[in-house]
Amino acid sequence: MAIHSIKDRVAIIAMGCTRFGEFFDKGVDDLIVDAVTETVAGTSLSLDDIDAFWLGTYVSGISGMSLSRALRLEGKPVTRVENMCATGSEALRAACYAVAAGAVDVAMAVGAEKLKDTGYSGLISPKIQDDGSRVDLSAPANFSLLVPAYEHRYGVSEGDFRAAMTHVAWKNHQNGALNPRAQFRKAVTKEAIDASPQVAGRFGVLDCSGVADGAAAAIVVRAEDAWKYTDKPIFIKAFSLVSGAASGNIDEGYDFTTFPEAVASVTQAYAEAGITNPRQQLALAEVHDCFTATEIVLMEDLGFAERGSAWESVLAGEFDRDGVLPVNPDGGLKSFGHPVGASGLRMLYEAWLQLRGEAGERQLATADRGLALTQNLGGAPGAAVSFVSIVGTDAV
Amino acid sequence: MPTEQQGITSYAVYLPRYRLSRGEIASAIGARANGTRVVAGHDQDATSLAVEAASRLDLATAAPRSLWYSTTSPAYLEKTNATAIHAAVGLDEEIPAFDLGANARSAPAALLSASASQGIAVMADLRQGDAGGSDERDGGDAAAAFAFGPQPVAELLATASTSAEFLDRWRLPTEVAAHVWEERFGQREYDSAGLRAVALALSRAGLTHQDVTLVGVAGPNARATKSVTAACTKGGARAVGADLLSLVGNCGSTQFGLVLADLLDQARPGDVLLCVSLADGADAFVLRATERIGAQRSDIRGQLEPSIPVDYPKYLVWRGRVAREAPRRPDPQRPSAPFARRNEPFKFGFRGGRCLSCGRVQFPLPRVCYHCHAVDRFEVVRGAGQRATIVTFTVDRLAFSPSPPLRSAVVELEQGGRIQCELTDVAQEPQVGDTVEMTFRRAVSVETIHNYLWKARPVS
Repeated sequence: MAIHSIKDRVAIIAMGCTRFGEFFDKGVDDLIVDAVTETVAGTSLSLDDIDAFWLGTYVSGISGMSLSRALRLEGKPVTRVENMCATGSEALRAACYAVAAGAVDVAMAVGAEKLKDTGYSGLISPKIQDDGSRVDLSAPANFSLLVPAYEHRYGVSEGDFRAAMTHVAWKNHQNGALNPRAQFRKAVTKEAIDASPQVAGRFGVLDCSGVADGAAAAIVVRAEDAWKYTDKPIFIKAFSLVSGAASGNIDEGYDFTTFPEAVASVTQAYAEAGITNPRQQLALAEVHDCFTATEIVLMEDLGFAERGSAWESVLAGEFDRDGVLPVNPDGGLKSFGHPVGASGLRMLYEAWLQLRGEAGERQLATADRGLALTQNLGGAPGAAVSFVSIVGTDAV
Repeated sequence: MPTEQQGITSYAVYLPRYRLSRGEIASAIGARANGTRVVAGHDQDATSLAVEAASRLDLATAAPRSLWYSTTSPAYLEKTNATAIHAAVGLDEEIPAFDLGANARSAPAALLSASASQGIAVMADLRQGDAGGSDERDGGDAAAAFAFGPQPVAELLATASTSAEFLDRWRLPTEVAAHVWEERFGQREYDSAGLRAVALALSRAGLTHQDVTLVGVAGPNARATKSVTAACTKGGARAVGADLLSLVGNCGSTQFGLVLADLLDQARPGDVLLCVSLADGADAFVLRATERIGAQRSDIRGQLEPSIPVDYPKYLVWRGRVAREAPRRPDPQRPSAPFARRNEPFKFGFRGGRCLSCGRVQFPLPRVCYHCHAVDRFEVVRGAGQRATIVTFTVDRLAFSPSPPLRSAVVELEQGGRIQCELTDVAQEPQVGDTVEMTFRRAVSVETIHNYLWKARPVS
């Protein structure tokens, strides 16, 4: 038994993405309508031509009707999926598998989230009834567990690691400043990042991704049909999803300096896509920078830097927009914002724009490498789901 | 053949880490006061204090046959609190656990009951009062525990009680502070009740005042404890424990336990100890320290330091007497009773399992081993009482906490196993590799349900 690659069997032929941000004047239905309308408008298709839909949303709706109601779809199969912060990628995965299986000709993946209606600070996760014995940390607190553990393991000083975290925030804000769809379109000084109010552990506000509303969508078809709809389709080269055993906080073998789920998922994805040297082969990587330290650790997990050295690579600018391998050129979760269910498709949207040469001011010099990676993470260190996709411009 | 000696086999005291300035309290009403009182942390109630003291008992030699719990500040009414202590201490299901009524006399009642049944007596109190008032200022928070059985550290020679119905001090169930009649009235009653009980106890023991080495008297009426102490030391005995009122505060029913523990701490083999409770009558206990005394002291005075100061407004927030601004986060969820019952071995007893296939220790008791994936092949292990080492930690300024910020760490227990829990009683920021010990706490109460759980505290 084995997981079989769908490499080169499915193509993305249209994408859309709303601006992400605080939209007190828009509901989740509005966000869905905006993203879907933009996506469909990029093709000769109408909604009627789409055979099946998958909606990824974390907390903004239940059941497929959250999509079919918003769009007043009639007679279509629509499924809502959820996989924490990797929810948007899960919708894409389902749509692509349906096409690859031959079950449908045209499928749509939509990710949408409305987070700014709660009035609370930070991300509010649904609570499963329990007995209160488990310590209930906020998301930044969970991810901040990486920082002392990493410093301790690799002998990195607090100051050096702080500088690397600051560089990640600074870079992603620089990138987002160039992105008309980003939540925060403003460069931020390193001094401001260092001095931002404390949230959890050694994370300040500016180490955290933006809590945002937003939606994104993609239409996928069989690879051989792609040219019917667009001159520049993007092909799925690899998919991998790994759901962790969530044993990091009971397993003495786990040291809080890595996401083993990310390592496992990227290893499978590289094998499917034939990637042996990601730093040279990838045009860009969109990774799950929910917090600055997450991005640093992911650089090692994804094989972009040696263990214990990512903080130095980050400081050397290797993942800046003009670096060896640009990471999060659209601003990432950090400055594009993180409407949970939409983020996985937003990552893909940047890959779509960059590989098609449509990224405007942000267009990367490395785009002609023709391959992009998205890595979407949910959960916490020691208890995560990790999704990796690799997409490319070549049909084979 | 002489009867086998029976008495106190083990005893312990727990003093919480926090100290509150009496001057700060008194300033609330424009008065002055000296010194500090002991106060429990924001995550402690009488039940969790009781667990601290009871956990320190040496129960390895003989399992107790009963548990008797005394407090004037029960965490629950209607529901027994002693069952939570029973669960957290890890006693067998067959051992009965009882609360005594919320009154100062419940402490001698617990001792008498435990001594009659080879049981343990546990006393714990959080003393509050109206803002700036004498109860708040002169009260203290503490717990004490005593185990009874053969081969004692102090043989129980005799007891005697007198009962008297009069109003000296009283409180309605809904009130924070007690009411006191003119103290001299109570003193007169207690002088009489106390001395009769003492005389009776000494005569039952076949002793006189001249045989007594150390005397301790506890009770809510300060004038009465002084005058009865003076009467009991006329034969040459030395008074012990009076200064605890200043060093710790008057801990309600638990004060009797503190005085008894202090007597035992200071006793040498052969010393005759007289311990008297003055509460709605009097209860006198006559003990003789055996050659085992000193094996395990309660170290009540050693627990006075190190301490952590807490300022008065924060203390009032901790006790829920002043409402604080809520964070912009959802309220915590009410703990589920069936879930807590299923999880009781871990939630209260801190039990987990050691995989019989690969040896990995894991909490709570799992169905499937995280390492070798064996199913339902575990032996039960207990994490309570162990030290642990910090793997990593954080300070969560976003999460709900009754006393923000919430601190949490991933810790590894010395006998194996890792858990993620809250850190408490933190005086300075932790470091990876720091040693902590596990402590039973009440995290928060939601919709009247107290959420008890285990946390870790730095080893001082």
